Amino acid sequence: MSTAAPIATAAPAPAKAPPPAVPPARHPLLAPLREAAVAALVALAVAVPLVGFETVQGASGLVLRTRWSWVAIAVVSVFIGRLLLALLRPVRRQPRARKDAGPAARAFRDAARWLGPIAILLALALPLLPFADRYILDVSILVLTYIMLGWGLNIVVGLAGLLDLGYVAFYAVGAYSYGLLALNFDLSFWMCLPLAGMFAATFGMLLGFPVLRLRGDYLAIVTLGFGEMIRVILINWYKLTNGPNGLSGIPRPSFFGLPFATTPAGGGETFSSFFGIAYSPLHRVIFLYYLILVLALLTNLFTLRIRKLPVGRAWEGLREDEIACRSLGINPTNTKLTAFAIGAMFAGFAGSFFATRQGFVSPESFSFIESAIILAIVVLGGMGSQVGVVVAAIVLIGGPELVRQLEDFRMLAFGGLMVLIMIWRPRGLLAFRDPTIRLGPRRTAAPTGEHRG
Amino acid sequence: MTSGQTRQPAALLTVEHLTMRFGGLVAVDDISFTADDRRITAIIGPNGAGKTTVFNCLTGFYKPTVGRLTLQHPSQGPMLLEQMEGFRIPQRAGVARTFQNIRLFGAMSVLENLIVAQHNRLMRASWLSIGGLLGFSRYRRAEREAVDLARYWLDKVGLLERADWQASSLPYGDQRRLEIARAMCTRPVLLCLDEPAAGLNPRESAGLNTLLLSIRDDHQIGILLIEHDMSVVMQISEHIVVLDYGRKIAEGVPAAVRSDPAVIKAYLGEEEGEELPPEVAQDLAHDGTGGR
Repeated sequence: MSTAAPIATAAPAPAKAPPPAVPPARHPLLAPLREAAVAALVALAVAVPLVGFETVQGASGLVLRTRWSWVAIAVVSVFIGRLLLALLRPVRRQPRARKDAGPAARAFRDAARWLGPIAILLALALPLLPFADRYILDVSILVLTYIMLGWGLNIVVGLAGLLDLGYVAFYAVGAYSYGLLALNFDLSFWMCLPLAGMFAATFGMLLGFPVLRLRGDYLAIVTLGFGEMIRVILINWYKLTNGPNGLSGIPRPSFFGLPFATTPAGGGETFSSFFGIAYSPLHRVIFLYYLILVLALLTNLFTLRIRKLPVGRAWEGLREDEIACRSLGINPTNTKLTAFAIGAMFAGFAGSFFATRQGFVSPESFSFIESAIILAIVVLGGMGSQVGVVVAAIVLIGGPELVRQLEDFRMLAFGGLMVLIMIWRPRGLLAFRDPTIRLGPRRTAAPTGEHRG
Repeated sequence: MTSGQTRQPAALLTVEHLTMRFGGLVAVDDISFTADDRRITAIIGPNGAGKTTVFNCLTGFYKPTVGRLTLQHPSQGPMLLEQMEGFRIPQRAGVARTFQNIRLFGAMSVLENLIVAQHNRLMRASWLSIGGLLGFSRYRRAEREAVDLARYWLDKVGLLERADWQASSLPYGDQRRLEIARAMCTRPVLLCLDEPAAGLNPRESAGLNTLLLSIRDDHQIGILLIEHDMSVVMQISEHIVVLDYGRKIAEGVPAAVRSDPAVIKAYLGEEEGEELPPEVAQDLAHDGTGGR
């Protein structure tokens, strides 16, 4: 919007009457039309190479086909959309002149107090609800995994303010730690889980030592590189990781020793026989669902608690102003390292859950796009906001599932949604911050943001 | 000058031959001075005289090229600041500072700013936060004490009503006072203030004087002050160090400094028109005296 506005205002009135003694009465539609035309032109330039041509498998190799009607549709819709946007802008100006905590967000913040427990109850009851079939549960497990990853990354990015583009590396370390430990040493899930978390945290520290002197963009680039390094190592360290083929046959989870199976492998009891219920393949899915729910809630509980502790407050201080932190005697390196290590630990937990759920891990699963999605969840949710992560994960992970029938246009819709969120709420869906400690009572506590200067 | 009748103020900070070079630029050139315990020492000088560089050396943001900075800690004996890692100077030696351009934790509340300042004490009490995570009462007690100290300082700087406000939403003058309160929450033995009166109106500036005198007298610590506002400097400081072009050109009590010809020259320029650019004149003077 801001890029288009100067074009519209700075554009000289079309040269009709030379003497500008009386300012030329510009038609009110002129500026919006001009703006829409510019946007349509840009759309044309983009659409011709991207949409206009298509390669089709013909009889003798690839054949180039043109789709001009599609280009026309794109250009016309951009023109109309831009025109509408330009016409509606004066109406929309007023409510946009506000501070970061808008009335909607504030209403939501108040709602969040009772919304949180209700959401948890709903999540607990989900597998028991009648419509919860295998598909719904699978999607829910996926969403919960990303919520957990988002909460973990929120510690690093949202609280400590360290932009980490390679978070998926720790996820991979956790998944492979679990896979290798379970396959080679025959350890149970509950043994592997803490070990995988510890391995991931150790990797976080190892990476942290050299790179945490860097700030902002530089840190982001190094972590991006580290994320790729881990993936490349996983592909190439064939002896250990089985290379691109991945690790298969990772033990599926058991209910504290009781396997989910029709007939017990070694003659022992199974989950269904132990509880005297009919075997259903859904049992394992439900167990996995509760497992990730508990892990995710644990992550959340930890974060909520640590925010009120010295380390958590120091993280937030570091995010706000590192130099001020140093002047108060806070060791920046150690503080950042703890954030990095703890964030990595939760990624490691999530990774080992991923490995046991899939039964198979390969380097494919840990590409950069995963890091990007997790970061998008944190940023779109509102940095540092725990509820925001949940909303963003549901929108970003659950959303594409809902619109599966759009097929090829799924990612387009996804991208459009992200753009919309960034326009509508540039600081994230739920960007507000409650102080971790108060002197006054909660309600009367006053304005955070309105009384400026 | 009236403080400290009980015991003679002793040198709290001794700066000897401090020199700071950035490449070819000598920002601070062989400066020596002392700042006494329970006294307000001011560093003044025209813009670019090297005042903030001295501060940055003292508080560990720069490693001095040459020089020794000795802090006579009342309970822990002498400490060599130039050998300490940056964050250990406030942590161990008890040197707290504020910044010329205010550096608060903007998104956090006023109270939280003061709690973060007590990080090290709270870390010890909570066993690196692990004890706090498990809900040990020892941490809860320490946190209550931290809040009490914060409340004391909020009351002192007149921000008690706004304790739960977001720090960045405070007016400018309040932000300045909050930064001083935050520095005091680290329980320092030496408080370094970088232009605390910048941007304050005369009334706020007078309030600052009262605050600083009370910090000196009630808390028995030394204050080192960089300031342009002469009403602050002349009224409350007992000792003034004047810098110009990175060198110390005068030192003494306010009355003496005010009438020192070198100081007048530095601030108002020479009476007669100068033919030489100041840098050249400076170099010549340097050669003439054989370096200070």
